[in-house]
Amino acid sequence: MQLFPCPFCGPRDETEFHYGGDAGNARPDGTEVPTERWAEYLYLRSNPKGSAREVWVHMTCSEFFVMERDTVTHKVLSSTALGGEHAA
Amino acid sequence: MTRSYSALSLFKEGLAGQTGWKPAWRSPEAKPAYDAIVIGGGGHGLATAYYLAKNHNITRVAVLEKGWIGGGNTGRNTTVVRSNYYYPESVALYGLAHRLYEGLSKDLNYNVMLSQRGMVNLCHSTGEMEIGARTVNAMQINGIDAELLSPDDVRRVAPIYNFSADARFPVFGGIWQGRAGTARHDAVAWGYARAASRLGVDIIQNCEITDFIIEGGRCRGVQTSRGAIRADRIGMAVAGHSSVLAAKAGFRLPINSYALQACVSEPVKPILDTVVLSPGTGVYVSQSDKGEIVIGGGLDRIPSYAQRGNLPTLETVIAGVLEMFPIFGQLKLMRQWAGIVDVVPDSSPIIGESPLPGLFLNCGWGTGGFKAIPAGGTLLAQLLASGKHNDISRPFDLDRFASGRLIDEAAGSGIAH
Ligand SMILES: Cc1cc2nc3c(=O)[nH]c(=O)nc-3n(C[C@H](O)[C@H](O)[C@H](O)COP(=O)(O)OP(=O)(O)OC[C@H]3O[C@@H](n4cnc5c(N)ncnc54)[C@H](O)[C@@H]3O)c2cc1C
Ligand SMILES: [Zn+2]
Repeated sequence: MQLFPCPFCGPRDETEFHYGGDAGNARPDGTEVPTERWAEYLYLRSNPKGSAREVWVHMTCSEFFVMERDTVTHKVLSSTALGGEHAA
Repeated sequence: MTRSYSALSLFKEGLAGQTGWKPAWRSPEAKPAYDAIVIGGGGHGLATAYYLAKNHNITRVAVLEKGWIGGGNTGRNTTVVRSNYYYPESVALYGLAHRLYEGLSKDLNYNVMLSQRGMVNLCHSTGEMEIGARTVNAMQINGIDAELLSPDDVRRVAPIYNFSADARFPVFGGIWQGRAGTARHDAVAWGYARAASRLGVDIIQNCEITDFIIEGGRCRGVQTSRGAIRADRIGMAVAGHSSVLAAKAGFRLPINSYALQACVSEPVKPILDTVVLSPGTGVYVSQSDKGEIVIGGGLDRIPSYAQRGNLPTLETVIAGVLEMFPIFGQLKLMRQWAGIVDVVPDSSPIIGESPLPGLFLNCGWGTGGFKAIPAGGTLLAQLLASGKHNDISRPFDLDRFASGRLIDEAAGSGIAH
């Protein structure tokens, strides 16, 4: 069983967390968004082997945050509150 | 050159102390150029090479595999073969695969041990029974064998299921496909490898693709751990590693990689002669020809390239098995393992040209591509040979994510994915 660090609650059981997608995948703005851009936002993923920046939610406290993680070793590199910087 | 397998050759080798068998496929050095290259020596890659040679007479073909053939998901799956899908597009695809599977041992002169023992998807409530009736109707309209089972019918095909009055997942009936069953997964890889090799295909193992050769905006070959190899038509069937290679080719895919686990018990006497899937527990079970109980479940909860699986999911699966079959509480687990699968938002595969011209995709099979190997191979071979889709592969092109014509088969699997 792995522990994930919620920036608000500290280390908690992995089953309390839900994966929310690539960090930095900002929703396109405006009315003139081309179809390809929508498809990219909705479906295309980086899916890296190794270091990944991802959005997660801690279901018990409902907070969303960014976790940097290695997808091969599952080592957590950082965990930070989602302060509007998810576009980065 | 390997010889044909027959009753006579078995008998002769029996007399000769089994000393005359030759390797089943050649292991040549890679040539600098081919007419077509297939990346990935899993079932889909090997089948593609075989059908390129057999159906299209293109025999200057190399299959390049970073490890050993069948060492990916093809050798790690729970071996279930079925075509009980809902949408016409999926039925055309998996139906083609199922028909080819039925003739495969003969076609390849290699026993893939297809065992059509039937499969039941259980229904645990009146609501699920209504959905079950709808699924059976859809399957029958699409020309697939399907039957709606009563609780008594289920008792007949799986008498050891937990039918007790206080069962958490009582049986209201089930969806039955009699032609479904299992096949020997390694044999599918080895059979295609042998048959392709006999037609002249070069199978190169321990050959990892590290980059693509791109000239004039087209894919012209690959860089490998054994040097550059060129071809103007390249097919890629690398399952959970599709995004990794796509990144090298300069594009992204609608794929997340997850570990999918399975486990087997010690072998016991025959006790379960069909495949049983319960959407309630998210678990499916069959008994192997050796007697092991083969257990599969849903995806891990965390995107991952760690080919081992995690404990919470295994616990859920085992809890589900014991709920379904209390009698299995006595069994010891022998092995647990995982494969990295390529999960697509609509749970349907991607077959078609990639954003890099000359590079064609066969991926996104996720948790269910073993049953599809003969069709995936046929269709990628046709794309490589002609550059064009046929009617069966067309709906599975990458362009469906921009056009919105998704083929949402999440229900077709019956487990969470
Ligand atoms: C536990 C488990 C249970 C499953 N159960 C079932 C089931 O019951 N029924 C069913 O239909 N399906 C099932 N599946 C899914 C099925 O196994 C896969 O969809 C199918 O095997 C995919 O075949 P493939 O040939 O595309 O991929 P693979 O067999 O994974 O082959 C891909 C190959 O590409 C190679 N490769 C990767 N990167 C490179 C590179 N850079 N260079 C060269 N080679 C590379 C890999 O080494 C690998 O050998 C299951 C999967 C798992 C993991
Ligand atoms: Zn929290």
